Amino acid sequence: MSSEVVQEYAVAQGRAKSFYTRYERKDELQRQTHYCPGCGHGVVHKMLARAIDELGVQDRTILVGPVGCSVFTYYYFDVGNIQAAHGRAPAVATAMKRSRPESIVISYQGDGDLSAIGTAEILHAANRGENISVIFVNNAIYSMTGGQAAPTTLIGQKSTTTPEGRRAATEGYPLHVSELLATLEAPVYIERVALGDNKQIAQATRAIRRAVENQARGLGFSLVEVLSPCPTIWKMNPVEAQHWVRDVMEKTFPLGVFRDHTREAAPRPAPPPAPALDEIPRLLGVAEQDLPANHGRALARDKQIDLQVRIAGFGGQGVLLIGEVLAEAGLDAGLEVSWLPSYGPEMRSGTSNCHVRLSSQPVDSPLVAVPSVLVAMNEPSLRKFDLTVRRGGWVIYNGDAFPADCMREGVHVLALPFTRLADELGDPRVSNMVMLGALLEIDGVLPQASVDAALRRLVKNPRWIALDERALARGRELFKESLRQEGAEAMGGGMK
Amino acid sequence: MRKQLMKGNEAIVKSAILAGCRGFYGYPITPASEIAEAAALYMPKAGGVFVQAESEVAAINMLYGAASAGVRAMTASSGPGISLMQEGISYMAGAELPCVIADITRGGPGLGNIGSEQGDYHQVVKGGGHGNYRTIVLAPYSVQEMADLTALAFELADRYRNPVFVLADGFVGQMMEPVEFPQRAIEAPMPPWAVAGTTATRGNLITSLHMDCDDLEAHVLALQAKYKLAEQHEARAEQWCAEDAEIVLVGYGIVGRILKAVTAEARAGGLPVGVLRPITLFPFPIAHFQRLASRARVFVVVEMSNGQLLDDVRLALNGVRPVEFLSRVGGNVPSHDEVLQFVRKQALRFIGEERMAHV
Repeated sequence: MSSEVVQEYAVAQGRAKSFYTRYERKDELQRQTHYCPGCGHGVVHKMLARAIDELGVQDRTILVGPVGCSVFTYYYFDVGNIQAAHGRAPAVATAMKRSRPESIVISYQGDGDLSAIGTAEILHAANRGENISVIFVNNAIYSMTGGQAAPTTLIGQKSTTTPEGRRAATEGYPLHVSELLATLEAPVYIERVALGDNKQIAQATRAIRRAVENQARGLGFSLVEVLSPCPTIWKMNPVEAQHWVRDVMEKTFPLGVFRDHTREAAPRPAPPPAPALDEIPRLLGVAEQDLPANHGRALARDKQIDLQVRIAGFGGQGVLLIGEVLAEAGLDAGLEVSWLPSYGPEMRSGTSNCHVRLSSQPVDSPLVAVPSVLVAMNEPSLRKFDLTVRRGGWVIYNGDAFPADCMREGVHVLALPFTRLADELGDPRVSNMVMLGALLEIDGVLPQASVDAALRRLVKNPRWIALDERALARGRELFKESLRQEGAEAMGGGMK
Repeated sequence: MRKQLMKGNEAIVKSAILAGCRGFYGYPITPASEIAEAAALYMPKAGGVFVQAESEVAAINMLYGAASAGVRAMTASSGPGISLMQEGISYMAGAELPCVIADITRGGPGLGNIGSEQGDYHQVVKGGGHGNYRTIVLAPYSVQEMADLTALAFELADRYRNPVFVLADGFVGQMMEPVEFPQRAIEAPMPPWAVAGTTATRGNLITSLHMDCDDLEAHVLALQAKYKLAEQHEARAEQWCAEDAEIVLVGYGIVGRILKAVTAEARAGGLPVGVLRPITLFPFPIAHFQRLASRARVFVVVEMSNGQLLDDVRLALNGVRPVEFLSRVGGNVPSHDEVLQFVRKQALRFIGEERMAHV
């Protein structure tokens, strides 16, 4: 161990193992980087490569490169490399890490990338506490595109888009990313360091190593902001630029640790082991052996069935539920079925309706334009769909009296105060089931066993099942009673 | 085989997991939200990852990350969210990353409404992002197809290393029908190009950047060759009563269902009508159109958008037959009667009153 340390110390200025010996992904000059003399990226790259070496994670490391001068991180780092869209590296890194929890995922970003276009992605990755390491190189300018202002540009600093210098009144103030992210609860470690002199560089080296180490220990989100020189765009020589980092930049962006929970943070629990492949159909609830046997054989095969139902009412009246019960019961009875809701925003007192088809033939269109039965739970729903009901069809209406102007030649009507009748059963909310009971009695195609099975599949609370069953039975009775009355009143039957 | 009643949106998720999908990254939007909800429930149970992203922009970039890591992954959204994803889709096509995107369409432009529309055709089929790329697009019209085509989407995404869309309208996403699933789950093999944080994959690079003009041209040409291959092998369509049809109705998604019902009634009345329903929108089933054109007198395109599918039908027929067009937008659906009346009108025009009198 000790001899290794001595050996490493001896070659401290040499090439890190996590760098390629020759940059073969570059077109030319494969022994040198594309960075300008005095640029901070080369230094930060070296710190990162050494951290990867020292922690022994080269094979496990995935480096997510940004858009900006460091877009070519993959020229240099001999690790798994991904190049991400501008600002999106933290989102990319999130899914990489979650997909491969054993990997070490490092997002390397500049200040245009991270603090402007990628503000949302970095904020939310930090807030989710993703177990990734972010190296944020801040040089207060967009360098690759030629020196436009960044959110981090200093007050008074000239750029091609702030030719007179940045003014707070029009461009706002330099964005303090480390301080901002330190207001979040989830991050484990946030530090701002600089490349302004050797002492600062030594501290930056330690910080970057810590950010990677935290991830290897499974602690959570770490970010190191590095104040870094850009002599070319700042129009300074490398020495002046380094001094400017220390003497000017640092005044706007004070160095220091803004968050350090590395001591108290517990390693994140590993995700539970994945289930065996043959468990999956069962976990999804699609395993054939778990699906209920249907009662299809109870159905008379010789009868051609084509029940087309429209159910409409206010949201909360159980419009969609009785449609589902009907469709489930149809499926159980061996019929072809479809259920189609008119979906809407989840708003109170909105209207709701659904289309249900039960057929002995494959259902062509699930849209019921001309229903054979309309269940209208209130007057607006009746008025909306009344004219669509086919001749010989039925309208089941919830109301004391059927509006005279909605009467149509050749359409049967069952109009009853279903809400009140349901209330007599114990709860006005089962008025939908009373109406469904009446509907079931009209056609008589569905075996009771199928209706019972459907109800049990869709309603989980036993108290409600009992109530719903009473309501369905009451609906059937009411329909039969009305037929008897009609018969007594007029020999012509129930047609109005 | 026992079937169960299920929403199209839920069927997508179950089918995806059976097909080896182990990552869902998404953002809620009506009428696609049930997909994210089902994924939140089932993906962790299956050993997969579910993340509700901060935006569709983040969601598609998470997909970029998951796909780069060699995991079958998907997202789901609707028009406005798909607009936001276009940047990432272009990057994924450029970096040749497979993924599946379900677009359960709603009304547009802008906030539009949440009704069922087909106005995303252009942005999905033609590619709404920048650059010379295509996405493969599958268009289910039933809950069973939501399941089946989602499984196919993962297969095609891997085969072509390309984003694949499942493009369904709100109705197909929201409706419930009986559906059956394969009883065996697939384990997707780890692709050799992935970057998975392992010794074996350390040398791999995922990027869409090609600085040199010749390099980028070669890359783009290779992509085009890949799309050509997809055009030769993957075009799918359903023909229904179409072989002897003189009037061929064309529509996808929920419209395909309406066209079948209309055709049944028109045929019962003696009209020589049939349906050609594209199942793949890219590649577009051009050969099906050309074959039916030899007998058909007219093609009638019905869509819930402003002539977006119409363009592709015209290109496929290349002027050899007239193309008529019926459209409803805004969340409205062409009604059975509306389509039937339109078809009768075309029959009078293109088959002739004299012959019509005999049918």
